[in-house]
Formats: sequence, structure tokens, C-alpha cells
Amino acid sequence: MNFKLRVWRQKDRQSPGKLVDYDAPDIPPQASLLEMLDIVNERLLLRGEEPIAFDSDCREGICGTCSLTVNGEAHGPDHPGAACELYMRKFRDGETIAIEPFRVKSFPIVKDLVVDRSALDRIVQAGGFISARAGSAPEANSIPVPKHAADVAMEAAACIGCGACAAACPNASAMLFTAAKVSHLALLPQGEPERTKRVINMVRAMDAEGFGNCTNTYECEAVCPAEISASFIAKLNREYSRASLKRSAGE
Amino acid sequence: MIGDFNAHIPHGPIDRKWTNHKDHARLVNPNNRRKFEIIVVGSGLAGGSAAATLGELGYRVKCFCYQDSPRRAHSIAAQGGINAAKNYQNDGDSVYRLFYDTIKGGDFRSREANVYRLAEVSANIIDQCVAQGVPFAREYSGYLANRSFGGAQVSRTFYARGQTGQQLLLGCYSALCRQIDAGTVQMFPQTEMLDVVIVDGHAKGIVTRDLRTGKIDNHAADAVVLATGGYGNVFYLSTNARGCNVTATYRAYKKGALFANPCFTQIHPTCIPHSGDYQSKLTLMSESLRNDGRVWVPKRKEGCAKPPNEIPESGRDYYLERKYPSYGNLAPRDISSRAAKEVCDEGRGVGPGGRGVYLDFADAIKRLGEQTIRERYGNLFEVYEKITGENAYEVPMRIYPAVHYTMGGLWVDYNLMSNLPGLFVIGEANFSDHGANRLGASALMQGLADGYFVLPYTLPNYLAGQVGKRPPNDHAEFKRAERDVRTKIDNLLKINGNRSLDSIHRELGLLLWDKCGMARNKDGLEETLGKIPELRERFWREVRVPGDGEDFNQSLERAGRVADFLEFAELMCIDALTRDESCGAHFREEHQTPEGEALRDDENFAAVFAWEFQGNGQIATPKSHREPLHFETVHLAQRSYK
Repeated sequence: MNFKLRVWRQKDRQSPGKLVDYDAPDIPPQASLLEMLDIVNERLLLRGEEPIAFDSDCREGICGTCSLTVNGEAHGPDHPGAACELYMRKFRDGETIAIEPFRVKSFPIVKDLVVDRSALDRIVQAGGFISARAGSAPEANSIPVPKHAADVAMEAAACIGCGACAAACPNASAMLFTAAKVSHLALLPQGEPERTKRVINMVRAMDAEGFGNCTNTYECEAVCPAEISASFIAKLNREYSRASLKRSAGE
Repeated sequence: MIGDFNAHIPHGPIDRKWTNHKDHARLVNPNNRRKFEIIVVGSGLAGGSAAATLGELGYRVKCFCYQDSPRRAHSIAAQGGINAAKNYQNDGDSVYRLFYDTIKGGDFRSREANVYRLAEVSANIIDQCVAQGVPFAREYSGYLANRSFGGAQVSRTFYARGQTGQQLLLGCYSALCRQIDAGTVQMFPQTEMLDVVIVDGHAKGIVTRDLRTGKIDNHAADAVVLATGGYGNVFYLSTNARGCNVTATYRAYKKGALFANPCFTQIHPTCIPHSGDYQSKLTLMSESLRNDGRVWVPKRKEGCAKPPNEIPESGRDYYLERKYPSYGNLAPRDISSRAAKEVCDEGRGVGPGGRGVYLDFADAIKRLGEQTIRERYGNLFEVYEKITGENAYEVPMRIYPAVHYTMGGLWVDYNLMSNLPGLFVIGEANFSDHGANRLGASALMQGLADGYFVLPYTLPNYLAGQVGKRPPNDHAEFKRAERDVRTKIDNLLKINGNRSLDSIHRELGLLLWDKCGMARNKDGLEETLGKIPELRERFWREVRVPGDGEDFNQSLERAGRVADFLEFAELMCIDALTRDESCGAHFREEHQTPEGEALRDDENFAAVFAWEFQGNGQIATPKSHREPLHFETVHLAQRSYK
């Protein structure tokens, strides 16, 4: 297959970037989008040009490293799935494909298509955990968890931390990301003792990182490779209100 | 000079060794712990759990990973599950049985004492993960569910859909985040270790490169823990993530750490077949699929081109069920992989190039309904559909073996310390627990066992004698190591040839897959040992590494790793050639039973081969050391799954 590419090139965080056109002829339809970029990079290298920097690792949709906006959509048109799970046979022969990084103020560009998403780590560091010290855990089956609660917690826990939710959101909000972690832990009995503190601290960290708020456009849900439901944002809002009330009541 | 090459296995009966050892290990009192700095390289299940736990204990920890976040380490890709001897199913499981299955699964090439300890702490791991909020699958009662895995006749595998590795890693990442927040762990993402620094025979620090800025730094510490995973990417194509590499362990080897059993590489039987030269990685389909899927090929070559649904029952060869009736489709990985290769070599393989076998769910769907199969494996069927464009509910999956895991690694003693005092190696990066073949769902178990429950006891035992011995990071050895690292980077950037890194790496991979993959023989290995140095020379003459070292430069990162693979490949083949027997995943064609199974030679090879780097910077034939394996608890037996 043959494609025309428009790729965002930017030397570093400070330099201005621009879209650069490349031809990508003779691409096997079974290749993934990232493998197409590998092929293009190999050709650039042999022509003496600098290869396009882009992030990837597992290339099977679970590590959350790849972070491309393809034809204006986070992770491209084949939802649900990360950019590494996007295959060239899904495009039309001869199509022009625009490839840009995730565009979020809180994810500064490192180079070309690579962004810095450490803001997401800092949200988790603010409270996205259960303080269970190694060695202190009780026998696993002494904490029965209703199957339904465990299943819903798993749905939230499936988040791969890619940040596509923020990239797709017109407000650059990370609420789906934060909601997934808050919900996962709030749904489990083990998460109960730190439930109030957790949501307050994580929301505070999210705001401090400069992410926007949710205005219910559901773009996040539409692009999420892990199919996290936007209803978890409602859950986050409830958790936050509950925690705020408890705090104001002095509990 | 190889430091301390003694396994330090505690005395006493096998089920008392770990308890006795813990009772007598030296301790560091809580006020002194903050005086110790510990470096942990890698943030997967082993490194992440170790860093978090050591932080909880009060040590000052620096944790490094090449990924942009510790949550992205490759443990995240493990699908199927984690073993633990809980016996929740009341089906006869016990610590002894998990121990025995693991020893037997490893074809009697692992250390009894280490494996017993692994089985012993397995139950604590599940407790710990549940307490952290890992959403394991549960039954309607609210209690934990289990599934079966290869090489076992009990159901002892805990799982979280097809994303068990992800959920366990996120559990340990959350523990790590808690310690980062508490200030006990300092995290260095996108930072690659490029050398380990040895001062007076002890590992006392590392040299790193910040992958974003290119900045080279020195970090001094009281002990260094490597948790840098396996070297499967030496084959270029594997199920490993693109970034997985041998650099940390190989450079430690070049500094004097012994490398044990490098030829023990696991080829996983159920992966999506290779489809073309452009391909950058192979994708695993969880072994758990073999619980309900039946593996077959056409009985006759002529049937291979037909659509599978047109081949009648009588024309199908369910070869695993035929050859191994008691384990059937759940035969261990090495055996299943070889059986697939064998039928494809006979010309009965299916799909493009004849390198594939069917994994068929038709019977399971008939028996349980499509809905049940969807609940159990839905996400795996989706992955398969995305990659191949085929719907596995309607046509059987096509699968073929692929490189997946490496049992070999740096040599460690019972304390998980290498022969270089102060250098600890945990998880897949060490060699210790899986012998010549790892059972499914045991990698996650080992990573977390090492990090949560072993290292927190054995590391203080070393530290207790090391008060005040941390050198400053401008010590001459640091300067020397840093200079070497800079020289290597400059040399890579200077090559300025006209070949890509991938093209040389791919060539190396093909060579190894052919001659040092699922089957090996003397002639093939000798031939390969002739070719690797040539390829290495061509690398240093012909590749092109663009850009400079003072920048975010992905080509440069990869170049250093490929250069190390090109040296390491030789060590792997030397080990494969020296081990003149078949065992587990190491199948030497010269040594097989009349039925074509691996034929061990216990008299000569019931031992760990630990290799010592020779040559001052240059590569010379490594020196071999042997640690004999003593089996006091189990009887050595021909491994049978029939």
C-alpha cells in the first residue's frame, strides 16, 4: 500500500514544531502503524535524515507507552485500541495520514511525537494506592469481595495509563484516568480506610498539574483503548462530594 | 578472580531452610536503615516490589527504569496468571507439589532450596496482592477463583482476566508510588544503566544515561539490585517489549558477575505466527487458552491448504492429546513448542509458509457456549482479530512458538546475591528458579517473591557488614566507568555507515532462531559461533547511528543494546555447545529418547554453568565454572507427561 504522511517534527520542548510531509510507499497491509513508522524511519536513516522519534514498547496494547494522535484522533480511528494495535489495512490505499503527538498542556513535548506524561504518575503518587505494607497482609480469602464489585473494580483497573483521555478531551481533562483509579480502589473493601483521603488528594494533584475539568463530552470514553466507561467519572464526582461532605462535617 | 562462588544453601531439612536462614540472618536496626542507599535497576514486578518494600523498611532507595513510567515495565504484558500453593480448590495442591512441579518442569536443572522457598512464599504473594487491591477473578461467593496452567494437574493459578501481569504490576506500582510520595524512593524514569561500578570487589554504584537529555551520571550506593528482565530480544523477534535488553546484566557480566545457563531460553508454544520482514515483535496468546482450545494439524500434508472447517474429524491430528494423554493440551511449554515444530517440519503446518498449527475452540464453544468462552478469553480473541483479521469464534486460531522468556541470567546464591558482593539480581534477570524450562504463571510468582519476600531478608544480611563503606561518587572507579561509557557512546556515533540497526539485529535473530532456537546441534552451533564475530565486525563498520549523545536519541539507545546482544549471542551459543545434553528447553538433537524427548545426562550435566568474562575489554572465550546441583529431596527422573 502507499501512503502520504504528515508528521509533527519538533526538535525539543523549546523549539517550535511543524508538520512535515513524507511519502510512505510499499507498506505491507499487515504492518501496524508503528511498523509503518519503523519502515519510514529506516528509509530516512539511509537517506541521511534524522528518524522520527516516537514512543512505543510492548506493541500489544497493554503498556500504554504509545501516544499518537492519528488523523486527529487519539490512537487513531480503530477504537478501542492503542496506536500500536492500529493496522495499515484499516486505511485506504493512497490516503494521507496525519500523525501528531498527544496534545495536552500537561504533557510537554520531548521530541517529535514523544510527550512527557509524568503528570499522571504524580496523580497516582498523591494517593492512588492502598497502604498495605509487605508482610502485613491477612489471608487472602479472609476478605471476600462480591463478584460484581470485583468485576467492576477490574473494569476500572484495566486503565493502561496512556493519557488518550486527556488528549481527546476539549478541556484536556484527566478525569477518566483519575476516576478509574479512584473507582477501582473505592469499590473494594480493602480500599475503604483511605477512601476519603485518596479522592481528595488525587483530585487536588490532578488540578495542580493543570488538567481541565469534565464537561461531559465523552470523547475520553470514545478513544480509551481499555474501554473505561465515562460513568466512572460520575463515580469520581460522587466520591469527591462524599469525601468533601465528610471532611466538612469534621469526620 | 570470581568473588564468592558459593551457593550458600542453608543446612537442615528442605522445609526448614528458609525459616532457619531468616532466623539467623543479620538485621539492620530501624535507625540505621536510612543511612543506607540502595539502587534498584528496573521497575517491573521484581524491581518495583523490591524498591517499594525496601522503601517501606526505611532504606533510601533510588529506582531506575528506561520506560517513561515505572508502570510500563514489561511484566505488564503477562496475561494468564500467577501460581500459588493455596489449595483453595481442595484438589491436592501443597507447597511440596508446587515445588515438585517446578523442579520437574525445569527438567531438574534448578536448585532445590531456591525452588522450595519460592513455593513456600507463593501463598503470601496472593495475600499481599489482595491487600493492595489487585482485582483477581472471584467466584459468586466472593472468594478467589483459580484456573489451570501447563505442567500441573491442580488448579493453582490466580488471574485477573487476561491481564494478570498488568494488575500485579499496577499493584506494585501503587506501592512504589506510595513510597515515592513518602520520600523513601527516588524514581528515575527514562534512565538507563550503562555500567555497574565495582569498588574493592563490591558493587557500589552505577553509571546511567538520562535518555531525555543524554546526561551521564554516577550514583553511589551501599548495594545494587538488578531487576532488568530477560534477554529474549537477542532473537530480534520475541514476545518481549521493544525496549527489553541484556545491557544491564551483560555489562555486569563484563565487570565480573558470572552469567549462568544463558542457553536456557523459553520458546512459548502459543503465539501469533510470524507474517513478514517488516514485523517488529511477536504477540503471545496466553497459555490459559489451552485450557479450552484443542491443538491440531491435518493428518496429511495435502490437507494443509484447505480451510480448517472442511477438514473432517478423521483428518485431524490432535497431536498433543495423542502423544501426552495425561496432560494433553496442557503439556509444558518446551514440549508443546517442540511438538509444533515437529509437525510443521513434517510439512503439516498451516497458514502462510506452513509455520502454524490450529488452536481450536469449536468443541469448547459447543460444550460451554460462546458466551462462556467470551467471558474467559474475550480480550485475547479481540487481540487475535486485530492482528490477523480473523474471528477465532468461527475459525480456529493459528499459532506458532515464539521466544518468550529466558531462564538463564546472572548467577546468584541463595541470598540472590551474585558472586560480586553487593550485587543482587532478582526476577527474570537471575537464573535461579526455573531450571531449563519455566512453567506457565511462575514468572510473576518469582518476580514478586524475590521483591516482596526474599530480598527484604537477604539484603540486610549483606548491609549489616557494610556500615560506612559507601564510596563517594567521584571515586576513581566511578570516573573510570564513566569514561568507558562515554567512549562507547562516541564510538557508536562515529561508525557512520549505511545500514540500519534493525537490519543487523534481524540478521542476528534469524541466525540464532535457526541454530540456537527450539533445536540445536553441534555443527549448527559451531557454524553460528563462526558467524557472530563477523556480524559484530560488520555492525561496527556498517551501521549508522544518527544524531548525537547530548539529546533524546532513540537510535543511540538501541545501538548500545544491539552491540551488547551481538556479544551476548556468542556466550549463549558457547553455553549451548558446552551443555552436551538435552534438558527442558535446551534440545540438542544429538541427545533424544527413542520417542524424540529431551534426553538428560545427569552424570555429567546436573550442574549450573556459570561463565566468567575473559579479556580486557576485548572478547575472548569465557571461562566456565560449575555449580553441581544436589538433589536431596526429589529423585531425578525422566520427565514424563504421557
